[in-house]
Amino acid sequence: MFHWLEKHPFFFAVGVFVVIAFAGLVEILPNFAQAAQPVVGTKPYTILQMAGREVYIKNSCNACHSQLIRPFKAETDRYGHYSLSGEYAYDRPFLWGSKRTGPDLHRVGNYRTTDWHENHMKDPAGVVPGSVMPAYTWMFTNLADIDTAYADQLTNAEFFNVPYNKPVPMKDGSTVTVPMAKSVADAHAMALAEAKVITADMKDKNVQDMVAAGKIPEIVALIAYLNSLK
Amino acid sequence: MENRPLEYDYTVAKMFMLTTILLGIVGMLIGVILAVELAFPSANTMLGGLGLNEFTNFSRLRPLHTDAVIFGFTLSGIWATWYYVGQRVLKVSMAESKVLMFLGKLHFWLYLLVVVSVVVSLFAGVTTSKEYAEFEWPIDIGVVLVWVIWGLGLFGLIGIRRERSLYISIWYYIATFLGIAMLYLFNNMEIPTILATSPAGETGIGAWYHSISMYSGTNDALVEWWYGHNAVAFGFTVPIVAMIYYFLPKESGQAVYSYKLSLLSFWGLMFVYLWAGGHHLLFSTVPDWMQTMGSIFSVVLILPSWGSAINMLLTMKGEWQQVATSPLIKFMILASTFYMFSTLEGPIQAIKSVNAIAHFTDWIIGHVHDGTLGWVGFMIMAALFHMAPRVFKRELYSKSLMGTQFWIQTLGVVLYFTSMWIAGITQGMMWRAHDEYGNLAYSFIDTVSALHPYWTIRAVGGLLYLVGFFMFAYNIYKTMTAGRRVEESELQNASPMAA
Repeated sequence: MFHWLEKHPFFFAVGVFVVIAFAGLVEILPNFAQAAQPVVGTKPYTILQMAGREVYIKNSCNACHSQLIRPFKAETDRYGHYSLSGEYAYDRPFLWGSKRTGPDLHRVGNYRTTDWHENHMKDPAGVVPGSVMPAYTWMFTNLADIDTAYADQLTNAEFFNVPYNKPVPMKDGSTVTVPMAKSVADAHAMALAEAKVITADMKDKNVQDMVAAGKIPEIVALIAYLNSLK
Repeated sequence: MENRPLEYDYTVAKMFMLTTILLGIVGMLIGVILAVELAFPSANTMLGGLGLNEFTNFSRLRPLHTDAVIFGFTLSGIWATWYYVGQRVLKVSMAESKVLMFLGKLHFWLYLLVVVSVVVSLFAGVTTSKEYAEFEWPIDIGVVLVWVIWGLGLFGLIGIRRERSLYISIWYYIATFLGIAMLYLFNNMEIPTILATSPAGETGIGAWYHSISMYSGTNDALVEWWYGHNAVAFGFTVPIVAMIYYFLPKESGQAVYSYKLSLLSFWGLMFVYLWAGGHHLLFSTVPDWMQTMGSIFSVVLILPSWGSAINMLLTMKGEWQQVATSPLIKFMILASTFYMFSTLEGPIQAIKSVNAIAHFTDWIIGHVHDGTLGWVGFMIMAALFHMAPRVFKRELYSKSLMGTQFWIQTLGVVLYFTSMWIAGITQGMMWRAHDEYGNLAYSFIDTVSALHPYWTIRAVGGLLYLVGFFMFAYNIYKTMTAGRRVEESELQNASPMAA
């Protein structure tokens, strides 16, 4: 049979394709629907958080920080409860990472504050002596891309049925509704309102002036996102 | 006509040889910069005075490094060898078909265009964040076009072949084409966000090139590592095996040891490799049975991998003195040895208890690099060394330079993987250490500070490899320009494949 295949490239290629496609069919498909179900307490990202997530991605934070707590005592001691599949239901793309040059961030919102992040991005080694993380000073002047964050939200709602404007169950039995903007202008207004809350805890004068003038620097959006990781 | 030897046309092979060298330098140089930045963080801001911090930062350069090496150096190497080996084992010249010649050149120039757009977009921070699949949708479309054009050329050349039976290398090139096509398409399914419409009727909101993955969370991770692991399979294993099956017998004048073993290892590799992606997700939120499958099949993968490697080593049976006399054979034999080493190390890391320590640490980085530097890098350079005199019709400039390069780079690889082993296991053990009261023994930063010496050694290892690569580039350049002209068309041993 193999000698025959070697003389018939078309059937050879078909044979190779069937053999390599097999594992994907068996391993990937069966779990698809189930893994996409959110667990209680998981809510969609707000506009500012979404913009912050894009800042996180833009600067490849996931190259050094994971967002996946493994079910080991050392990890739950250090980072909190181990990660559950449904917690990632609204994560497009996933940001688990593959290398921990820095610590895991999946629940960083539980134990770090706005103030801490602000200082850490300006001078990591000043906050954590011995840190090898570079400073991210440009985040204090570059503006967050609110338009694209809004487009992200719309795409999530339209194509993937992410429940914006719908009550989402929380762990304490209450519900939370994450609103979606009605227009680009509305999106900017909503993001700015969120930004003002974050900025109240920040010390950088320039950032405060920018937000007061209606502009949102990347750092504010990033902190909004990091604070949401719980 | 049929009685004269064929005049093969190496125009396209030459073009890809140049990008192999150029992008190899770019990718490896960025690698060394990254290694230095980790060991000495102040290097991140080396161009701070110019306001370029954002672009010389570790996080921006890291995807550039991996993509430049995978899709720049390695892919160029694969194509450089394809446009050389393909003609020779199929007994047909590209010059015989105007269409194939045109497709080959189009393939190259379109590829170069994609490379440039990748560099620009990654520097700008335009990325989807998925490892080795960072490109946004416009570039993805470019990649697919390049791939389709290569496919047309590949099957076109096979279609007009004179040799009826496909030589082993061709099996592997076909598998490379099919495997990457399938993986890349499914992993990069995404929706451009400009398609969304706001309730106010506004369209075309935000960045036009931005997109959202079709898969979310755990599903996204599953598809990504099914892709990520097997991009290694069909980019770093399969096409490199294609090369060694052609170049080692050619260079040594020995026939491939066993046809049956090559059959077994080919079909075994095709079937088993795809299952192993799950070993990237051990202890994650994907179902346990998938993790177990990933683990088991990773161990099974030793069989087909070692099958190819042993087949190559046994090809040298009775001719081992060539390893001592020919630096080119040295490169290929060490490449095979590193392949065996790396495909034993990988399965060990895929065992759950080992993975619990190794995952997220530098040991994984070490594993990737003994594979890429020792196996992929050595084999591609060996292939280009073999091709250069035949393509440029000039004798190789310096054999002794090649020998020196071999030892410098071997030392570099050894420093690299040993330091990363120690670093990874040290960090993994420190993360999990508890004191007598059951509290964590170390803070995270303790585990980072402990790695400084190993990161420094790694930077030295990487630098040695880069120095060796410059010697390689110089040797090929001098061969092109200053090597003595070759009168005979074949330089060395008679071919067992009668090409």
